[in-house]
Amino acid sequence: MSDAMRAETVMIEGHQGDQIEAYSARPVADTPVGGVVVIHHMPGYDEATKEMVRRFAANGYAAVCPNLYWRDAPGASPDDAAAVVRAGGGVPQDRLLGDLAGAAAYLRAQPNSNGKAGIIGHCSGGRQAFLAACLLDFDAAVDCYGAFVAAPPPPGLPIAMEPLLPLADGLSCPLLGLFGADDKNPPPSETEILDAELTRLGKTFEFHTYEGAGHAFFAVDRPSYRPEAAVDGWRRIFDWYGRYLAK
Amino acid sequence: MCTYVTQYAPVDGSGKGPQGWFTVRQATVYVDHPQHAPYGHTVNIDFGNPQLGPAARVAVELTEESALALIEAIRGALASAPAGIASATPESLS
Repeated sequence: MSDAMRAETVMIEGHQGDQIEAYSARPVADTPVGGVVVIHHMPGYDEATKEMVRRFAANGYAAVCPNLYWRDAPGASPDDAAAVVRAGGGVPQDRLLGDLAGAAAYLRAQPNSNGKAGIIGHCSGGRQAFLAACLLDFDAAVDCYGAFVAAPPPPGLPIAMEPLLPLADGLSCPLLGLFGADDKNPPPSETEILDAELTRLGKTFEFHTYEGAGHAFFAVDRPSYRPEAAVDGWRRIFDWYGRYLAK
Repeated sequence: MCTYVTQYAPVDGSGKGPQGWFTVRQATVYVDHPQHAPYGHTVNIDFGNPQLGPAARVAVELTEESALALIEAIRGALASAPAGIASATPESLS
């Protein structure tokens, strides 16, 4: 079987039918494949995120990362676009969900799609992946160190962020959570709350917390990178998607 | 973590970006993951002008110590000059 893939910037239909930019990478063979929506982190639709998109394609998945900042700064560099969105107060939640639903529809409409779509996000994207998995139709989800999912921000932090725990009953798909034992956002005490709630609800999930790793241990271009945790984390991601997306 | 909290300051002056000098109108200040600085979190400051688009931006990512030192340096520089001399309306303050 060919391992050729096609990686390119495309336009996809997002929230309310808007055309938004996205980065797509997918195997070109006719063999049916699952899809993965990759959520870029708050610093933007950047090279590191695009590299993750290509990694999924190299491993046999069609992947797409919608540029969640496209409407705010079309054509701008990722860091400038992130600054504009930051100055404007962030991405509205309904628009985020509409764009992620559009990305999943784009993947499922590909000629070689097997009809399944997963989602993954890191940091703020981890929280958004959990949110999307609770409110949208996905087949598998991966939350990499998303904060404020099970607990509100600590006192003293002026952040208006509602915990997502009340949405957990709506979790539509199996969830893999990858966390760092040294992370303060989310700390292990928060992921334990989510673990207990998903257990109570009878959801299919697995959480792994890596010793010696903190926040952003997957980020190869940052000092937070922890190779042992990241290598094992990638192995678990592909095992998870192999179970729930590939067939 | 992403703090999601942004402080804003209206500013009046100029900055030099990739396209040269431009008038800056707004500063945004926030603590979050940097784009470039080799730290987990930094104090990030963007000087911009929304009317000129996203690329009209001068950005810095500073450690907490650097940001506080910068505040003191700004205060020191102002204190060493006649009061009001760098004001937008110097006559009114003199």
